[in-house]
Amino acid sequence: MSAVVEQLFSNPSKVPINQRHLNWLESEAIHIMREVAAECANPALLFSGGKDSVVLLRIAEKAFRPGRFPFPLVHIDTGHNFDEVITFRDQRVAELGERLIVGSVEDSIRRSSVRLRNPETDSRNAAQAVTLLETIARYKFDACIGGARRDEEKSRAKERIFSFRDEFGAWDPKAQRPELWDLYNTRVHPGENMRVFPISNWTELDVWQYIAREQLALPSLYFAHTRQVIPRNGLLVPLTYLTPPQASDSIETRRVRFRTVGDISCTCPVESNADTLDAIIAETATTQITERGATRMDDQTSEASMEKRKKEGYF
Amino acid sequence: MNAVTSTNTLPQLAEPREERGLLRFITAGSVDDGKSTLIGRLLFDSKAIFADQLDALSRAKHKRSSGDAVDLALLTDGLEAEREQGITIDVAYRYFATPRRKFIIADTPGHEQYTRNMVTGASTADAVIILIDATKVKFDEHGRVELLPQTKRHSTLAHLLRIEHVVVAVNKMDLVDYDQTVYARIVDAYRAFAKNLGLTDIHLLPLCALSGDNVVAASERLAWYSGPTLIELLESLSVYEASHDEPLRFPVQLVARHNGHAAQDFRGYMGRIEAGRVQRDDTLVVQPGGQTARVQQILSYDGPLETAVVGQSITLRLDRDLDISRGDMLAAADDPATLLTTLTADLCWLSETPLELHRRYSLKHTTRHVVARVVDIHARLDISTQLSQPAPGLNLNDIARVTINVQQPLAVDAYDTTRATGAFILIDEVTHQTVAAGMIRLT
Ligand SMILES: Nc1nc2c(ncn2[C@@H]2O[C@H](COP(=O)(O)OP(=O)(O)O)[C@@H](O)[C@H]2O)c(=O)[nH]1
Repeated sequence: MSAVVEQLFSNPSKVPINQRHLNWLESEAIHIMREVAAECANPALLFSGGKDSVVLLRIAEKAFRPGRFPFPLVHIDTGHNFDEVITFRDQRVAELGERLIVGSVEDSIRRSSVRLRNPETDSRNAAQAVTLLETIARYKFDACIGGARRDEEKSRAKERIFSFRDEFGAWDPKAQRPELWDLYNTRVHPGENMRVFPISNWTELDVWQYIAREQLALPSLYFAHTRQVIPRNGLLVPLTYLTPPQASDSIETRRVRFRTVGDISCTCPVESNADTLDAIIAETATTQITERGATRMDDQTSEASMEKRKKEGYF
Repeated sequence: MNAVTSTNTLPQLAEPREERGLLRFITAGSVDDGKSTLIGRLLFDSKAIFADQLDALSRAKHKRSSGDAVDLALLTDGLEAEREQGITIDVAYRYFATPRRKFIIADTPGHEQYTRNMVTGASTADAVIILIDATKVKFDEHGRVELLPQTKRHSTLAHLLRIEHVVVAVNKMDLVDYDQTVYARIVDAYRAFAKNLGLTDIHLLPLCALSGDNVVAASERLAWYSGPTLIELLESLSVYEASHDEPLRFPVQLVARHNGHAAQDFRGYMGRIEAGRVQRDDTLVVQPGGQTARVQQILSYDGPLETAVVGQSITLRLDRDLDISRGDMLAAADDPATLLTTLTADLCWLSETPLELHRRYSLKHTTRHVVARVVDIHARLDISTQLSQPAPGLNLNDIARVTINVQQPLAVDAYDTTRATGAFILIDEVTHQTVAAGMIRLT
């Protein structure tokens, strides 16, 4: 980190917010959501309670209020979520007065469309794809708006804003349509669908700065708190009923925060003292570790693991 | 780790500088010109190459180059399939920021699918960086430079897509001993070529992407060069300030009726301003219908606005009820768009299935879909020779001047003046593939 940059960011309140840039990103995202509303017959917005989908909800408000959202909210619940994230989800939905559809991985397991070696403790992140596809089929959604960003992970860098999925929900990197100007091709045949990513062009820093600017509420997991963790392979695994200690593990108490909230069994916090938005922004601006690399056990397995999951229908 | 040590600090930060909006640019170069290295360098030097990505690199399975140094180019490769081929095959988007500006790079590879990918990346770009590998340039017996065919191709595409700023980066200066004469000759040759082509806003600079010389920090080894470094140049390029002064173009995306208020007859027109500005009381014309109305209210989630400018997504209310729907254009009444049912356009064919003359395609222009037929191919442009010749058909990566008939009138501007209202795509109605990109030329 160069001295100049350090000096700029040493005082959290001094991290410059580029308003013009945020305005541009916001307007682009509104434009994309309105295109979905205008051109797709039966869209849905995927809302997990995480920070990216919290941003999506604000964009939807900006695009459609005082009207109602022209789509229901959909959550794919792995059954292994942090309680407070589910509470937050329900609270937010109630405030907005919009309709929430919950697709449950538990149900998919009961139907045997998801099989896990150890249903109690195995990560259900991958199983989400199955439940998502089942939910899409059941409600005949032709477009699902999601909060993925191109800067999250390498294989996302090539993702289109309107990303085409075939009738098996699969993403074929070679079959993606060229995307020119802001002229999105939203057409699908029955059974096929689109994933739409209005905040494709946002970085993690943009998301945090937008949350601060718009004063958006988040689950408190995102802010620094004291938690028991198990240091393992460079990650801090939270101590939970799903992630019990092994004999060789040492349990430690650390100040941590989550940079992303997903399935409990595979989401790790990072060490941090950042307990305010300004402090998180300062940390994000200077941090040296990408979001997923730092926090997802399953993404570490292989560089291509995310791409594999995308091909199977993951967001 | 030599290749990735950054010795540079960001220049001239002492004075707070003006905040600039986003700059989107594309990088153009042939295989091995150093494109990936340059992108890696920009990301790295702007602190955007995070520590664990470097970690992943040392674990990466297929390394393209040998030696101990981490190859910056590996950082920019994405998909599994590409990793196997050791080559990138599509458009990837990268992000970096300096305290002054945020940047989006459209990274396009330099091989067969090139035209399609570069046209895609260029369609949203404000600037292009054309890389010239200084070691590949040939001199004739008089010391004159013959530019490489790929440099001409990239420049031709940049011009065709009317990318506002062209930055020519003469790379690998270390391999020509940082020789000023080599650079000067390339500059002369390029300027002459660009003038012929009609490119106006050109910036040239020497650099060494591998070591980072002249990328972020000025280089002692290039002391004879007194211009800005690449990052300084990118930070200073102006973007769409100009289009505030253009006449208003507001394609209607959605019509909001009574907007959740059970109340009376609320009608708002949602959309994004694609050119110019709008103010309360402005007189607008509905195109193609022709009715006029005044702006009663400009609404946004954050409250009513007195005025709104290009780039803003808003809702407009007019002072009277008109039959307006998605696809209509609201334009400045005193300077409306041109209504046409026969278009002259440059078409870039993007599909492996060739064009069928006289067949129905769906044309998307702003928010409007119309039925279209390509009725005539005037001439196909050979982007290597810049010569146009008659052609019977269009195949993947072909570019041609064509005539297109559309079933209903479109409100268009010349692509040269207003990208958003001068651009369109063609969609195959059977496969739903995007098969062509078009740029409307008005004469
Ligand atoms: N000596 C030298 N080598 C360079 C420079 N820039 C790139 N290279 C090397 O040229 C080769 C091709 O570069 P790469 O970035 O992969 O090219 P790309 O195919 O255009 O992406 C690599 O071995 C780089 O290390 C430079 O400025 N000087």
